[in-house]
Amino acid sequence: MILTAESIKQIKESAARYPHRKSAILPAITIAYRQVGHLNDDIYREISKIINIPQSEIAEAATFYTLFPKQPVGKYLIQVCHNISCALMGADSLVEYLEHKLAIKKGETTKDNLFTLISVECLGSCATAPMMQINQDFHENLTPAKVDKILADLKAKG
Amino acid sequence: MFYSPVITNASEAAKSDKLHLFRYVEDPDQVKVATYEQHGGYKAWRKALTGMSPEQVAETVKNAGLRGRGGAGFPTGLKWGFVPKNSPKPRYLVCNADESEPGTCKDRVLMERDPHAVIEGMAIAAYAIGCHVMFIYIRGEFNHSIDRMEAAMREAYAAGHLGKNLYGTGYDLEMIVHTGGGAYICGEETALLNSLEGERGMSRMRPPFPAIEGLYACPTIVNNVETLATVPHIINHGAEWYRKLGTEKSAGTKIFSLSGHVKRPGNYEVELGFNLKKFIYDPAFGNGIIGDKKLKGVIPGGASTPFLTPDMIDVGLDYESLTVKGSMLGSGAVIVFHEQTCIVWVLLKLIHFFHHESCGKCTPCREGTAWLEQIIHRIEAGEGHPGDIEAMDEVCSNILGRTICPLGDAAVMPIQSAIRLYRDEWQYHIDNHRCLVDTRFEFK
Repeated sequence: MILTAESIKQIKESAARYPHRKSAILPAITIAYRQVGHLNDDIYREISKIINIPQSEIAEAATFYTLFPKQPVGKYLIQVCHNISCALMGADSLVEYLEHKLAIKKGETTKDNLFTLISVECLGSCATAPMMQINQDFHENLTPAKVDKILADLKAKG
Repeated sequence: MFYSPVITNASEAAKSDKLHLFRYVEDPDQVKVATYEQHGGYKAWRKALTGMSPEQVAETVKNAGLRGRGGAGFPTGLKWGFVPKNSPKPRYLVCNADESEPGTCKDRVLMERDPHAVIEGMAIAAYAIGCHVMFIYIRGEFNHSIDRMEAAMREAYAAGHLGKNLYGTGYDLEMIVHTGGGAYICGEETALLNSLEGERGMSRMRPPFPAIEGLYACPTIVNNVETLATVPHIINHGAEWYRKLGTEKSAGTKIFSLSGHVKRPGNYEVELGFNLKKFIYDPAFGNGIIGDKKLKGVIPGGASTPFLTPDMIDVGLDYESLTVKGSMLGSGAVIVFHEQTCIVWVLLKLIHFFHHESCGKCTPCREGTAWLEQIIHRIEAGEGHPGDIEAMDEVCSNILGRTICPLGDAAVMPIQSAIRLYRDEWQYHIDNHRCLVDTRFEFK
């Protein structure tokens, strides 16, 4: 089993709230993603058994949504918003700065498996641009000094 | 300490008898039910439930002239009235908190800093349509908004504002916080409903409209966060009070997200009809262009709305005035860019977004946005062909009005306006294989 007892409990509790069972799919994959960091067929199969919905229907929904990586990523997933408001404030050079700092290209993961760097569509922080999301947290009004500190803190944490 | 450092004009709102949405958003305790109640919170919900009929509530909101703040601007009270009175099916209210139109970051402030206002507005709307289970659909990336809304919901249950037999009236109301998976299309109401049902978030053909057959094929009303957060104020102060704010046809106040090349980006509540030029240059708002450079253009209502050139910005920020200028109020996301911005580069960012976010259900949008991105990409890369502008025009006119949902139109409208307003620059780019202006925005 990949999913922990806690995740299974959360999925069951969430499913019980909905008037219709299929509505439990998106919350279930969200809970699984938060625990594992990505989704795959094995996870869909486990969810299918917990909420009693065919695995194909879980996969059908999950593969529509870009929030959930479908293969393993680093411990810290860095998502830089590259859309218009952030781009006007230097998002493209922020990506280059991160590529340089982490010595990887966009889309890659560092050798120590700590960081994966991607760029994504608008994250709703347009008036505090440029910004990036690392796992669950938003980091806004970024400057090189702020980025250096964020990366150093995460490296120290490991 | 706030989670987001975004600037607001809460101090102005606190002094004003007109501004109301932002009055308490700089008070860190506003997220607590006790503080919200001290500030007059849940009074409107109690008043509606114990002293008004559902029809009276809908009528008040209709008379107030409130229009949807998510982008379409449809009259809210009128929309509520579309729910069939005699349907035996359950009715549902869904608060649309899938805020993802580039430039828009206003609903997030309300959810993070005044979550009970959203819940109270939802409750009143639910009562107006006879709904007993209401949902808020929050985009999955907004973890802090999700946490805040869930915490506020638990407090609202504990304080007796949600749950069974509310205020002794026998009315039951349950609330569910549902989170999305990162898809702009799910802000379109029928795609949102599919997503909420556990399907892929693709839009549905209309009719039937959601008010007749929405969630689980039951009558459903989908309203934006800001729209719903406005409702308690209308119930407290009356339709007449609200109607007097703003302009005659665009009543009330609105939160505008100001981003891009301004010195003071932020979220500001103003009365509808507020002058756009003042909004960009006044020290209390945008405070002018970064580096005092010359303004080149403005997108007034989010990435899907047509551009305005500097000679067009002496205009009121309201539904009618912007339409006269050939644009739209949209979600109220004002994006500003200065003279050193290549228009082709801007359009490449925009079309990449719409191509990526097209759900793929209907051909004109799925294929058309891909072709448009290819053409704009090659022009930006200095490989444009003679005839590319005409080709874009043709693809645009074959998307506009021919798609299941408004995403196709949203992709096309900024392109058509950018060609119309900046045609010489497109032509320069194609003829000279390079940008007219050197576009490079340093991260510093």
